[in-house]
Amino acid sequence: MIQSLRIALKDLKSEFRTKQMLNSMLVFSLIVIVIFSISFGNLLNRSQIIGQLAPGVLWISFTFAGTLGLSRSFAAELENGCLDGLKLCSFNWNSIYIGKMLSSTILMITIELIIIPLFIVFFNFNIQGIHGLFIILVLGTIGYISVGTLLSALTVNIRTREILLPVLLLPLIIPILLPAVLATGKLFSGGNITDVFQEIRLLIVYDIIFFVIAQLVFEYAIQD
Amino acid sequence: MFADNVGSMDDVISVKNLSKSIGNHQVLKNICFSVKKGSTVAIYGPNGAGKTTLFKILSTLWTPTEGSVAINKFDVSTDSSNIRKSIGILSHETFLYNDLTAEENLCFYGQMYGIDNDILDKRIEYFLEKTGITYRATDRVSELSRGMKQRLSIARTLIHEPQVLFLDEPYTGLDQNAVNVFENILKELDSKKTTKLIVSHNIEQSFKLCDRAIILDKGKIVFDDLKKDISDVGSFKQTYKNLINS
Repeated sequence: MIQSLRIALKDLKSEFRTKQMLNSMLVFSLIVIVIFSISFGNLLNRSQIIGQLAPGVLWISFTFAGTLGLSRSFAAELENGCLDGLKLCSFNWNSIYIGKMLSSTILMITIELIIIPLFIVFFNFNIQGIHGLFIILVLGTIGYISVGTLLSALTVNIRTREILLPVLLLPLIIPILLPAVLATGKLFSGGNITDVFQEIRLLIVYDIIFFVIAQLVFEYAIQD
Repeated sequence: MFADNVGSMDDVISVKNLSKSIGNHQVLKNICFSVKKGSTVAIYGPNGAGKTTLFKILSTLWTPTEGSVAINKFDVSTDSSNIRKSIGILSHETFLYNDLTAEENLCFYGQMYGIDNDILDKRIEYFLEKTGITYRATDRVSELSRGMKQRLSIARTLIHEPQVLFLDEPYTGLDQNAVNVFENILKELDSKKTTKLIVSHNIEQSFKLCDRAIILDKGKIVFDDLKKDISDVGSFKQTYKNLINS
């Protein structure tokens, strides 16, 4: 676990220093929010309709921005052969997976925390159930990053990884996106945390399943 | 032409009937050799001879298709984590993070190897000084020249004081001064009984460091002899040419 934390800290230190991924993820999310706010401009004063559209808009923006970040997660290690260096000093290769997952999750949640206030401004929408929303965001993000990190490792040595990663990732994360979007919708429609209990349970189960599967197959995924 | 070097109690590296296939191509064919503790073995061969593949297997990054490889009695296929703790690799790739400083790179690798912070701080200071890059310690790796990066890579390789060193084209990018520094470090390691395997195209430079030479061609060992049984570097170069051309 300590090795995973060191890998995550190293990644975050690099990222917050250069802001390469953060900037591109943020700009991408922002563009999605702006485009949707322009196209739904005449609906912005009808909060009920916006409440129905908002979960989809938010999760589309998070999903695609996350894909950008995930495509760089392992690809960044190819510079100077660092992936081999990392494999040589990691006594258990699963610690690489957990470290990468931790850093990607923190980056993704950072983006989400920046985007949500901007979403409120652009859509003139008052978000209710913010505590519940935070739980859904964290659980949805963990599940999404669990699968994404594994696929990022799997595609790292493939030349067309930027194309292949979303093609493989998006169908696999449907079981996570469905309860996440549904729960977000219920919360935006005035529901509280007890109304989304079923979705939270589903998200927890999926997170555990994807995390365990990733742990079992990661060593094979990262082999040359 | 073949030294009797297979199988004894003080072997640090033991390679038995090693074969490796990538796709339909057999890169290594029935390789057998062993290396005693504290010795320095130079491996030569033309491009595509299988040197890098052999290093990848010895360093646990790849697994053998057939045969067995043991380092410090640990098998590369089943005990790879124990092997990784005791080996260091200096490659033509530096394994350095461009966005971290020289010091941060050494700190990261040192911490990954589980070195205590107090000891690590002293080792970082020592190796930065030894490799002559103390004055660039707080510069990002992306700002360093190729030679500086290679010097830092030497420090990275040695930070956890490995018992076995794999040196793959270690002279890449080093100026004459850095070559001297590097060779002095290797001589110091002799007193610590560090076992070294060197792959290099620079026969002149690497031959003087080794006490045994192996020539690999088309995935097979075609020459394996102790340096004391080879008259001089000139005759070795001639032997190399003859074997590779045949």
